[in-house]
Amino acid sequence: MPPSHEVILEARDLVKHFGIYQGIVLKRQIGAVKAVDGVSFDLHRGETLGIVGESGCGKSTLAKLLMVLERPTAGTVTFQGKDLFKAKNRELRRIRRDIQIVFQDPYSSLNPRMTVGDIIGEPYEIHPDVAPKAGRRKKVQELLEVVGLNPEHIHRYPHQFSGGQRQRIGIARGLALRPKVIICDEPVSALDVSIQAQVINLLEGLQEEFELAYIFIAHDLSVVRHISDRVGVMYLGKIVEIGDEAQIYDRPSHPYTQALLSAVPVPDPVDRDNRTRIVLEGDVPSPVDPPPGCSFHTRCWKAQEICSVDEPALVRRPGSDHPSACHFAEAAQIVTAHDV
Amino acid sequence: MNIIEQGVGPWLPDATAAPLLEIRDLQVEFRTRDGNAKAVNGVSYQLEYGQTLAVLGESGSGKSVSAQAIMGIVDSPPGFVTGGEVLFKGTDLLTLPEEQRRAIRGRHISMIFQDALSALNPVFTVGFQIGEMFTTHNGLSKKEAKLKAIELMDRVRIPAARLRVDDYPHQFSGGMRQRIMIAMAIALDPAVLIADEPTTALDVTVQAQIMELLTDLRGESNMGLILITHDLGVVADVADKIAVMYAGRIVEQASVHDIYADPAHPYTEGLLASIPRLDMKGQELAAIKGLPPNLMRIPAGCSFNPRCPYVQDVCRADPAPPLEVVPGNRRSACHFWEKVIDAPVA
Repeated sequence: MPPSHEVILEARDLVKHFGIYQGIVLKRQIGAVKAVDGVSFDLHRGETLGIVGESGCGKSTLAKLLMVLERPTAGTVTFQGKDLFKAKNRELRRIRRDIQIVFQDPYSSLNPRMTVGDIIGEPYEIHPDVAPKAGRRKKVQELLEVVGLNPEHIHRYPHQFSGGQRQRIGIARGLALRPKVIICDEPVSALDVSIQAQVINLLEGLQEEFELAYIFIAHDLSVVRHISDRVGVMYLGKIVEIGDEAQIYDRPSHPYTQALLSAVPVPDPVDRDNRTRIVLEGDVPSPVDPPPGCSFHTRCWKAQEICSVDEPALVRRPGSDHPSACHFAEAAQIVTAHDV
Repeated sequence: MNIIEQGVGPWLPDATAAPLLEIRDLQVEFRTRDGNAKAVNGVSYQLEYGQTLAVLGESGSGKSVSAQAIMGIVDSPPGFVTGGEVLFKGTDLLTLPEEQRRAIRGRHISMIFQDALSALNPVFTVGFQIGEMFTTHNGLSKKEAKLKAIELMDRVRIPAARLRVDDYPHQFSGGMRQRIMIAMAIALDPAVLIADEPTTALDVTVQAQIMELLTDLRGESNMGLILITHDLGVVADVADKIAVMYAGRIVEQASVHDIYADPAHPYTEGLLASIPRLDMKGQELAAIKGLPPNLMRIPAGCSFNPRCPYVQDVCRADPAPPLEVVPGNRRSACHFWEKVIDAPVA
């Protein structure tokens, strides 16, 4: 099912700074970790938006903001026209039903003392109006079947399942309230390759069945390409490039995206000696003290004076067919895993 | 000449025909309260100078345990090496007394681990920890060892090594910590370097830096490199030959080009098919059905048979298909390797 044009979730200039404090009696703020620093995007109904970036770029903080598990320093997120951060109590609870999350680690995100039935049924305890008590067990069994687990295993505990099966339990819990948006925070990173494929297939099948929109956060670029309709690339709390899957992977125009794509090892040894790889120097700068101007200029081979002074906006430029936050944005073709 | 007497320095290829490292029918099991888990069930491979052998497998396939057995660092109990030989230049390490093994470990065969933060000691400076290789094995003074440590930190391209030698592990980033581990591992010019998932915990851009460093170092010193990983991409980039492990056995062994071009074992074929690729966009991924077996109850016959699309009755009966030489100087442990090779690559 092709994604529709109806915008379901809209983030505007989202900022989250975590304060760093000093002093015991007279606490004063001496700085801030700029985890998310001005992120805007739209998510359409039934669409998958991939978010890629390296550790520390703010992808997981973004997920927490969208779940209202953190309050932003500035900016708004609207879900079907309602502002998430202005909603209180009952209204917030109603919205939360529609936005669910699947976590990375299927070992620590399931309570080891609860049975699978209790884990998947817990959302109904919090939102009792979704399913009457009498019908819950049946609903849970249906959910188990939907995610490809045996409904008879409802009384088992998480440790009796493998990693891939546990991730299915996490997905079933996410589906319980029939949400419209599921935020997948590295949902397959902890799984083996052969199991990864099973879970990705499941997520794609569910999307079609329930008309879900996904925010798919991952660091594995080939997985993100496979599942996403559009992709946003994050670096130091900002989206530096966003576009549809072909625009990002075939015609990346931000130097960081280009470096990231060229660093992905290609699962095919043919021609491996003729491949050019952009190996970035150094590490990602600290988000406490990001470089002025374009935050990538310290590692960028295209950097000029303007880059350390003037922060480039995320807009479309002549050299590119999609928004890119680079003064010198220019599409380049990178040979990646995906071209084999 | 005895291994121990050969002294410091790189192992030069000697006249004897013995390969640098040869493992024969290695068996390791873990004896637990719930039963014996057979982690490694008869693994054999060879490594030559300047060669990169990738051992590819998923979690629980025995790839790390077999490397630990080579190093002699299997946790015992519960782990026991129950059979086989580890021949380093023709000498079986498994029969050597512990004292002699200690002399080989770190000097002639060394290892780097996945998680550099937990492999480094948080209360000593990195300079001390790298220098320890020299004070312990070569009897250098602390001062000399520190100079050597700076030299090595330069060699693994840690910027401002002289200034950072007195820093503690937590003051370094993940990629830099992995470089420190590599510096320790190559300190005494080992003949064999075992890298156990060296880049799994790192971001892709850092992973590219570390793999480039490892490949360069291998080229400089002509050591043999065993790369243990689950990442089919990393393997394709750097390996010369590949051993694919499943449930404690090697199921396929071949040159890197042969394996990717045309796998000869259904498990390898399944793994390659389950990587997302461009021409599969919008389609289901060809996942391998089912789960890897419980190592306490490995299925009779070929351990892959419950998940295999080629399965026949013969696959369910013992003995397991042996790792046979098949045409093209490769090996496959499948009764139907001909069919698998003939099948079009997914």
